[in-house]
Amino acid sequence: MMSRKKRRLWIVVACGIGLSSAVALMLVAFRSSLSFFLSPQQVLAKRPAPGMVFRLGGIVQAGTVVMGTRDGKPYTTFRITDGQTAIPVVFTGVLPGLFRQGQGVVTIGAMTRGDREFVASTVLAKHGASYMPRDVEMALRKAGKWNPKFGPPPNAAAWDDKSPRAIEADSKG
Amino acid sequence: MIPTLGHFALALALAIAAAQAVIGLFGPMLRDRILLRAAPALAIAQFLMLGAAFAALVWAGVVSDFTVRNVAEFSSSTTPLFYRITGTWGNHDGSMLLWCLILSLCGATVGVFGTNIPSSLRSRVLGVLGLVSGGFLLFTLTVSDPFRRIWPPPLHGAGVNPILQDPGLAVHPPILYTGYVGFSIAFAFAVAALIEGRVDAAWGRWVRPWTLVSWVFLTAGICFGSLWSYYTLGWGGFWFWDPVENVALLPWLTGTALIHSAIVVEKREALKTWSVLLAIATFSLSLCGTFLVRSGLLNSVHAFAASPNQGLFILVLLALTIGGSLLLFAFRAPGLAATGVFAPVSREGALILNNIFLCVIAAVVFTGTMYPPFVDLLFGLQLSVGAPFYDQAVLPLTAPLILAMAVGPMLPWKRGAIGPALAKIWYGAVLALIVFAFVLFRGHAIAALGLAGAAWVIVGALVDLAERVRLFRVPPGQSFARLFTLPRAQVGAALGHLGFGVTVLGIAGMTLRVHTVTVLHPGQSVDLGGYRWTLDRISPAQGPNYQARRATITVTRHGRLVMTMRPERRFFTAQKVKTVAAAIRTNGVRNMFATFAGEDNSGGGEFRFNVHPFAPEIWLGGLIMALGGAISLSDRRFRVGAPVRSKLRKPAGSATV
Repeated sequence: MMSRKKRRLWIVVACGIGLSSAVALMLVAFRSSLSFFLSPQQVLAKRPAPGMVFRLGGIVQAGTVVMGTRDGKPYTTFRITDGQTAIPVVFTGVLPGLFRQGQGVVTIGAMTRGDREFVASTVLAKHGASYMPRDVEMALRKAGKWNPKFGPPPNAAAWDDKSPRAIEADSKG
Repeated sequence: MIPTLGHFALALALAIAAAQAVIGLFGPMLRDRILLRAAPALAIAQFLMLGAAFAALVWAGVVSDFTVRNVAEFSSSTTPLFYRITGTWGNHDGSMLLWCLILSLCGATVGVFGTNIPSSLRSRVLGVLGLVSGGFLLFTLTVSDPFRRIWPPPLHGAGVNPILQDPGLAVHPPILYTGYVGFSIAFAFAVAALIEGRVDAAWGRWVRPWTLVSWVFLTAGICFGSLWSYYTLGWGGFWFWDPVENVALLPWLTGTALIHSAIVVEKREALKTWSVLLAIATFSLSLCGTFLVRSGLLNSVHAFAASPNQGLFILVLLALTIGGSLLLFAFRAPGLAATGVFAPVSREGALILNNIFLCVIAAVVFTGTMYPPFVDLLFGLQLSVGAPFYDQAVLPLTAPLILAMAVGPMLPWKRGAIGPALAKIWYGAVLALIVFAFVLFRGHAIAALGLAGAAWVIVGALVDLAERVRLFRVPPGQSFARLFTLPRAQVGAALGHLGFGVTVLGIAGMTLRVHTVTVLHPGQSVDLGGYRWTLDRISPAQGPNYQARRATITVTRHGRLVMTMRPERRFFTAQKVKTVAAAIRTNGVRNMFATFAGEDNSGGGEFRFNVHPFAPEIWLGGLIMALGGAISLSDRRFRVGAPVRSKLRKPAGSATV
């Protein structure tokens, strides 16, 4: 039987090993799996390196969604806008049921060479019709397009026009 | 009229909770017999009032009383009756009321069944519960009132969110909330013990069944939630490491640690301070789980849209509850000295190892969940911590847990040796190695590790049970009879471990899944996972409040018909929302999963086909774990042996069982 001090030492050593391995694992995992959120404007400003995975969010611009098949697999192209800039997105796969024009979406993927388009591996649009993903809300707020303090998000149909006046006119009518 | 009565009952419940808090906490100080007896009665009264309030809200939903904002916004005249009832808690305000109802139910259960607890301790426990309940009732009544009225009422309600129009909504939130809120009892016991300044074996024996009940519910709740997301979201994911899932996992991890450490308190009078801290931490994490989501701080699928003042109110409540209890702990904990002594290699040692790793995993998950909001707050950067982070950081930490899990129950209390324990389960190790080599040979390293771990844990649990019934050493009939005379806590523990092993099997099996995304026209087919999937036709169908397009797919293997699957796309007319209803067929050890994602103009359909080996085991394991907890709960010492506080401190070591 060991003394209380010795046993406490054992426990402290075991806790130390557990915690330090956890910290080491977390640091390694953080380095490889953190992903940033960028709005279309930030993409133009920061020019993320091709292949760097990040999350692109905004509104699906009305009238830009084109669906088709390539090698027997469905693919979709559309543009994501924050009301100032729009980025073309290519997605191969099945879109979530709530995906539609004018809807706030977050996509995960990377830019291709030459910043031509964003190849998305995942499209998230899980929310109800009136819900706006938080990151997208922040991006719209920064772009000066919408502030939740002053009412619901502007009408979806307005998002294919970039001018603030058109949005205003639309939300009034 | 009825909603007004409900609102009144809610206000009355708040007043009762306040009385319960004051009388419960100060009654024992005054040593007044009537005051001591008042607390249980108040707890029951509070439950009745909240029950009435909740019934009123359900009634408003059932009769579609659109003057109640909650009903107008989340129900409609075309919603089926079942979903008009479940819709009551399918939104922020209603779910808050359900939360308070379950909290008051916990208090009432202590009031009714806690007759063997000393009346002063019981009174304090109920006082603490009343205090917590009062805080949240105040929140419900002031900023999140489910009975708020609107005038003029709309003709038709807005309708329930189509994704929530699912039997899962009837099961998942109430069970999960019972799990979350049930830990309030352990928390109240911990705080009451700190006020009294005494924690002993009897305390451990009172706390454990309550903790076990909530653990069983939390396990089942998480399990149903995972199953729901599996069949609803249309691509077969069962766990996303979404913040909301993480905050449900956190109390599960610390709660699991607590049910293990409470055994040590009960049997050996050691780890007392630690168990008190775990009880506080578990309920605090449950509170965080329910409310960080509502405060809008975390960015999640489940996020309820909430107003900013609600968030502030919640944060203040959280800070008061958690900060207050930790402060009390800091003052009182040094007085709680351990009495039992033991060697590092012993049952106690194994249980400590379990606690360390469960808490370390909880710390990792907590960091991953809270890092993005903090970075956003401090540096204004929006980033997210995705599934790869958790896979890389959490999975390696479960490895020692899995290794120790099979050995731990074989070790004796106080002092043991690894050798004899390993000798009992050597065939587990051999089986694990064979599985590992076999799967690795076929080129799946991660699956090999996972399946080997699952084999190890499952064999360990079965051997544990076989040892206890002395299988093969006495005639089989006698072994069988022993199974029923064993202490049920031991059977429950073995089942709990078995269930965990089965879940690991399912999760490891899911890494072997295959899927394809394809466009098919009627008559065309595609091969996947050894099956041929052929689209027969796409036809319209009609639901109660939606219209659907239904695809009929026949699955054949070597030309023989295996099954017919009918995935659907549904269009909800009231909300103008499309959802996808997947077709899932299982044979118990693998799932076939088909979703119908879209149609093109030429009459073709977009499909996603999946074959998920061992997928059903994920939830089967969870249910076995919950069943194990329930069996453990029916142990004789909880039913019959009323725990009695010892007058004298027992000499060390005499409490072994």
